[in-house]
Amino acid sequence: MQALAELKEQIRQALPELDVVIGWQQGYDALHTSPLFIRSEEDLEKLVVNEFCVVNPASYLREMRGGKKVGLVLKGCDSRSVIQLVQEDLLKLEDLTIFGFGCNGVLNHAKLQARFGDIGYIKSIENSGASVTIEVDENKETVPFSELCADKCLTCSYPNTLQCTHFAGEESSKEAESEQDKALEEFEKLSMEERFSFWQDQMRRCIRCYACRNACPMCVCKDHCLANSRETKWLSEEVDVQNNFMFQLIHVMHLTGRCVECGECERACPMDIPIMLLRRKMAGVVRDVFAYNAGTNAEETPPLMCFKVEEPTIEERH
Amino acid sequence: MSGSTGLLAEGQDLRIVGFLCNWCSYGGADTAGVARCEQPTDLRVIRVPCSGRIDPLFIARALISGADGVLVSGCHPRDCHYAEGNFYARRRFEMLKQFLSVTGIDPERFHYTWVSASEGQRWQDVVTSFTDRIHKLGPAPKLSGGTGYDEECLKEIAAAVALGDECPCHKEKA
Ligand code: SF4
Ligand code: SF4
Ligand code: SF4
Repeated sequence: MQALAELKEQIRQALPELDVVIGWQQGYDALHTSPLFIRSEEDLEKLVVNEFCVVNPASYLREMRGGKKVGLVLKGCDSRSVIQLVQEDLLKLEDLTIFGFGCNGVLNHAKLQARFGDIGYIKSIENSGASVTIEVDENKETVPFSELCADKCLTCSYPNTLQCTHFAGEESSKEAESEQDKALEEFEKLSMEERFSFWQDQMRRCIRCYACRNACPMCVCKDHCLANSRETKWLSEEVDVQNNFMFQLIHVMHLTGRCVECGECERACPMDIPIMLLRRKMAGVVRDVFAYNAGTNAEETPPLMCFKVEEPTIEERH
Repeated sequence: MSGSTGLLAEGQDLRIVGFLCNWCSYGGADTAGVARCEQPTDLRVIRVPCSGRIDPLFIARALISGADGVLVSGCHPRDCHYAEGNFYARRRFEMLKQFLSVTGIDPERFHYTWVSASEGQRWQDVVTSFTDRIHKLGPAPKLSGGTGYDEECLKEIAAAVALGDECPCHKEKA
């Protein structure tokens, strides 16, 4: 990838001024990458940028607070989480050096697994952009990229890193497959009772491991999370439907107007609970009422941090 | 003037939680009481210093626990005792209201409005029509699992109101 060579060069030049640059390196197999913390030129050689760079490097920023000069290699979606944090005054843009590139989408492991079975033994993988060819044992199969990519890539309108300091390679011309959120539309065809019982079944399966929260780049208060507070006691230690559902509502509501719909929460869930339905609904409501897309403009004030005396889009409730 | 519409007269109380701001709506309810306006008895009132103090999670907590309805009332916009509390609150309530449907909790079970201290009559109308609405909807579906709606849950919400804790990360900043 041409962008990779350019990225490396840009990082190499910026590195002397930075404490660390966070990106991705090859993981334990061909299908995984793990975070890479670049502090020297040798580290830089390990950098990879491909369709397995799923994790958002910005999730590690929280540990990096306190005047450090941090560089980040970010996909378009990742950059939204950083911008949103800047908007909330939780990060300073001047402390960050953002290395951007044009993203063509990432693959979803659950979908890969569903399609190819045990993907621990793949021989090779090639991605042409439009399709993915995977060789597992004796089988070689080619599947359209859109059938294997993360859901968020289907509706992605920001494939190019937003507000970056450096941009490498060509801009991505990737377009959203559809504007609509089909899964949410389908779900909203159900009656209230059906929805309620759907969540009751899903929430019964939740083991309250908090992986969804811990993976969320916008959950900056993990150490003080309401879910763990005992004074006020929002949740009991019981892992029952009511407490689990309440936990999800805490997560969704604390991300009202903040959630960048990156899908990290659902991806991290070991129980495959479709919690993005809740997040996307809330993000849609925020879009409808405030015409606001989280993390797309560092100058904008998030909608719940301000108000209008007359709210033209809110029905006055006399 | 009826707290006792046909539906209410059946005598079955449903579980409605009311969050009332101390300066306006609580006063309005009081005015209604002093004027001996008849009021439905289903409402359990939690008094809050300002509608801006109402964390939408209080409302969610009540609903998730199985409350049949939640009514929120504060000072009219522009009349907030603290100048801006209800403006922020309005945005939060509206987000919750429109979001609720995806959870399967009927958004009709949550209503927010504004009542001033002098509007005893208006308070009576608000509470009566909301209670009527909830009676028409009937008891809310309950989750099978968890403690449900009980005194304890109401006490915990009230205690949370009193604690007035804020989100610490946004206080300390990055
Ligand atoms: S959502 Fe957009 S920016 Fe993010 S991985 Fe998918 S295509 Fe790339
Ligand atoms: S990651 Fe999944 S199982 Fe774990 S707490 Fe979140 S929803 Fe529950
Ligand atoms: S709630 Fe989920 S989709 Fe939203 S920002 Fe957090 S991890 Fe991303």
